[in-house]
Amino acid sequence: MAERSPGTRRALWFVLSLVFAFLYIPIAVLVALSFNEGGLPTAWSGFSLKWYASLAGNAAILQAALNTLIVALVSTAIATLLGTLLAIGVEMRRQYGKGLEALIFAPMIIPDIVLAIALLSFFSMLNLTMGLHTIILAHVVFNLAFVCSVVRARLKSFDWSIVEASADLGASAITTFRRVTLPVILPAVIAGALLAFTLSVDEFIIAFFTAGAGRASTTLPMQIYAMIRFGITPEINALATIVMAVSITALTLSQRLNRGVIGQ
Amino acid sequence: MSEPRTLLAIDHLSKNFGRVTAVDGISLDIRENEFFALLGPSGCGKTTLLRMLAGFETPNDGRILLDGRDIARTPPNKRPVNLMFQSYALFPHMSVRANVSYGLEMERLPANEIRSRVDAILATTELVPFADRKPEQLSGGQKQRVALARALVKRPRLLLLDEPLGALDKKLRGAMQLELKRLQHEVGITFVIVTHDQEESLVMADRMAVLKDGRLLQCDTPHAVYEHPADRFVADFIGVMNFVPGKVTADGVLAANGARITGKVPAALSPGASAVASVRPERIRLFPSVETANRTTGTVEALAYQGLDLQLHIRTPLSPKPFLVRVTADAAGRRPVSAGDTVELGWDPADVRIFAE
Amino acid sequence: MRFTIVSPTRLRSSLLMAPALAWLTALMVVPCALVLALAFFRRGIYGGIEYTFTLENFGLVFDPLYAGIFLNSARIAGTATLIAVIIGYAAAYAISAAPRRLQPVFLFFAVLPFWSNYLIRTYAWIVLLNREGLITQLLRWFGYTGEPPSMLYTEGAVIAGLVYNYLPFVILACYAPLSRLNPELAEASRDLGASALTTFRRVILPLTVPGIAAGAVFVFVLSIGNFVTPALLGGGRFQMIGNLVYDQFLTANDWPFGAALAMALIAIMLLVLMTQALLADRAAGRAAEARGDADG
Repeated sequence: MAERSPGTRRALWFVLSLVFAFLYIPIAVLVALSFNEGGLPTAWSGFSLKWYASLAGNAAILQAALNTLIVALVSTAIATLLGTLLAIGVEMRRQYGKGLEALIFAPMIIPDIVLAIALLSFFSMLNLTMGLHTIILAHVVFNLAFVCSVVRARLKSFDWSIVEASADLGASAITTFRRVTLPVILPAVIAGALLAFTLSVDEFIIAFFTAGAGRASTTLPMQIYAMIRFGITPEINALATIVMAVSITALTLSQRLNRGVIGQ
Repeated sequence: MSEPRTLLAIDHLSKNFGRVTAVDGISLDIRENEFFALLGPSGCGKTTLLRMLAGFETPNDGRILLDGRDIARTPPNKRPVNLMFQSYALFPHMSVRANVSYGLEMERLPANEIRSRVDAILATTELVPFADRKPEQLSGGQKQRVALARALVKRPRLLLLDEPLGALDKKLRGAMQLELKRLQHEVGITFVIVTHDQEESLVMADRMAVLKDGRLLQCDTPHAVYEHPADRFVADFIGVMNFVPGKVTADGVLAANGARITGKVPAALSPGASAVASVRPERIRLFPSVETANRTTGTVEALAYQGLDLQLHIRTPLSPKPFLVRVTADAAGRRPVSAGDTVELGWDPADVRIFAE
Repeated sequence: MRFTIVSPTRLRSSLLMAPALAWLTALMVVPCALVLALAFFRRGIYGGIEYTFTLENFGLVFDPLYAGIFLNSARIAGTATLIAVIIGYAAAYAISAAPRRLQPVFLFFAVLPFWSNYLIRTYAWIVLLNREGLITQLLRWFGYTGEPPSMLYTEGAVIAGLVYNYLPFVILACYAPLSRLNPELAEASRDLGASALTTFRRVILPLTVPGIAAGAVFVFVLSIGNFVTPALLGGGRFQMIGNLVYDQFLTANDWPFGAALAMALIAIMLLVLMTQALLADRAAGRAAEARGDADG
C-alpha cells in the first residue's frame, strides 16, 4: 500500500475506535451491571456476585438451562452426523444441480419466522405433541446446513487422490474414511459442531413456536425473552453475561479450529 | 552528436522502513530518451527506488530532480511520471479503451482530443481490435500492451516499468523485449525499467545501474558493466564468471595450488591480500594453440549443447568449483571431447579481472 | 461409460446425502409447501381452517392497512440497511487499511458480538435507551436536568437495534472485496493523475460493490422479517411484517392469512436475492480480476 498521510491514518483509527465503541459499549454496560450490588443502572453500589447467586436459586432458569443444553446437545449430535455425510456426498460429485445447492443453502437464509410457522403448522397438522423433541427436530434443520457448509469449505481443498491412494494400497471404503478422510476433515467437523451448538443455544423464534405449551419445554432464550418483556431485572444481566460467555467461548474455539470459516 | 541531456537526477536518495534501510544514499543520472535499467537481486532496493520516482514512497533523505525541479515530495497524481505496474493493475471494470483514456480524463482534456490520442496509442500498440474488451478477456501479452498504452498515452517525461516482462512466458518475453525497445524508440520517451533478470537488462538497456542492499554498485552501459564489473558481486551477478581465489601478487593472483594467474591488478589491492581472479567462459580456449600466460589442465565433467555453443564443466586444480567453458560448436567439432577427457585450458591476461575477496 | 447405469461414486454420494436430504425435505420443504397451501384456504369461524380454495388472503395482503405495514417494514429495514452499510463500509475500509497482521484481529473482534445471543444484544439497547438508562445518566452527568428523553419504543430505537445486530455482517461482507482488491489498482489510478477521492469513486467503490450488495441484502432481508427487535425495542408500537405473522399465528389465530403474509415475505426476499445474484454475476468477472496476485 502506498503511504498514507498522518491525517488519513488518524481518520481511519478514529473510525475504527468509534465502530468498536458502538459494538462493545452496550455489551460492556450489561456485563458491568451484572456485577453491580444494587442492580440498578443508575448507580454503582459495589461489586457483587449476588445476582449470579440468585440465578442459581431460580428453579425456572435452571430448568430452562437444562432444556437448552438437551436441545443443543442432541440437535448438534444429529446435525453433525447428517451434515458431515451430506458435505462429503456433495463434494464427492464433480457436478451437482442448482436445486441441490439451493436446498442445502435454504435453511441458512430462510427467515426464522417462516420456518417457525411452517413447522408449527406441520406439527399441529400431524397432531404431534410438541415439546423438546419438536425443538430438536427443528434445530437439526438449520444446524445440519451450517455443519455442512463448514465441512464443505474444508473439503473444497481436499485432495481426493489420497482416497484413491488409500484404496490402491488395499484399504476398504470404511477404513479409508476412518484413516484418511475423517482425520483431514475432523477440525472442520468439530468447528461445525461448535457452531451448531452455539446457534442452537441462542435460537429463540423457532424454539418459541415449536415448544408447545407449558413450562416443561421452555429454553433459555425463551426464558430471557419472557424476563425482558416482564421488565428489566438485574438477574437478566447476570444470565445474559453467562450465555454470552458460553457462546463466545464456543465460537472462539470453533474459529481457532477452523481458521476463517466464520468469516465466510 | 550533442551531449546527452540529464532528465532525472537522483541525489543522495535514502529510504528506510523502520530499521531496515531499503535505499541507502543512491545518486545517479538518467538521460533524456534513454532506456535505463535498474538491476539487482530481490531486496536490493530497486523497487523502492522506483516507487519513490513514481511518488508512492517518500524518501527520508535526498532529492529527485526532474528537469532540475525537486519532485521528491510531489504526490503521484501531480508528477509527469507514469508507472507500468508489475501486475499491470488494469481496472477490471473498465474496457481497454476506458482504461487507456482514464489518465487523460484526469487531465480534463477535451473529449475529442482524448479520443484521438487514445486511438493513436491503441494503433501504435496494436490494440485496436481489443478496444472494447475487458481486461479479463485479454491474454498476458495483450494486458501488458494495455498497461503500456495506458501509461504512454499521458506522454510522461519518464515511464517507469516494474518487472514488465515478469509475468510472461519465456518465448513471449523475448519478443516483448524487442517490442519495448521499438516502442521506446518510436515514442521518444525515457524508460526506466526495474528487473532482476540480468539478461533482460543487457539486451534492452542503453545504460544500467546494478544495486545491492540499497546501494549503487555500478552504473554504466551493458557492455562496460559486462567487460569491467565494478566488483566481485557485479562480476558474478552479470553473466557467468569463473573465479580463482588466491593472494595478490605484483602481476596477478597466486592460486591455492601454487598456479599463477596473470592479469592487471587494481591499484587498490596490495600484494598479499586475498583476492579472486576471474575470467568469462567464452574467453577460455580449449587446447590453446599459441602460448598463453594463463594455463591449466582439467577433467571434463559434463557437456551441454546449446545450439551454436557447447558448454563444458571442467574440474581444475585452480578452484573448488568446476570451470565453465563455452566454445562454439564449430571449434568443438575440430577436436571432439567427451566426459572424462583431460583437456588443456588457456586464456589471455587481458581477459582476467581481479577483485578483492 | 455406456455399460454402467449408475457410477459407484454417484451411488455412494447419494447414500451419504440421503439422510440429510430426507430430513430437510420432511422438516423444511414439506412444512413450507404446507404453509404455501394454507395461504389458499379460508379461515374457519372459530379460528380453524376451512378447506375451500380462496385468493382472499393474498388480497388482504394488499389491503391498505397491511400494505402500510409492509411499506413501514420496508422503510425501517431500508433505513437500517443504509446506516449499517455506511458504517460497515467505513469500518471495513479502515480494517483493510490497518497493518496486515492486525487485520484478522480487528475482524475477529468486529464479528464477535454477532455470535452472542440476539435477544441479549437487543436487550442491551433497552438498558442503554430506557428512561433511567445509561444515555439519560450521561446527559444528567453533563448537567441535563429536564425530563428524560424518550428513546426506547421509538422507530429510532428499532433502527438502532437492527443496525447494531447486523453491522458485523456488513463489515465482513465489505471487508472481503476490499482486502482482495489489488492495492496496485488504487496506485495506478493515482499514478494516472486521479485524486484520492476520484480514485475511491471510480476504482475502489465500483470494485467493492458486490460486498456492499451482499451486506445490504443480508441486513434488509433479516430486518424486514424481524420480529424480536420491533417487539422489544419498538414496544409493540411499531409493527413489522414479522410481528404481523406472529400475531396471526399466536394471537389472532388466522393461520391462512399468516401463511399468505409469510409467502409475501419470502417473495420480497427472493426478489431482493435474485436482484443481487444478477448484479453479482455481472460483477463476478471483475472481482476475479481485481484480486492482486497473492505473492506479488
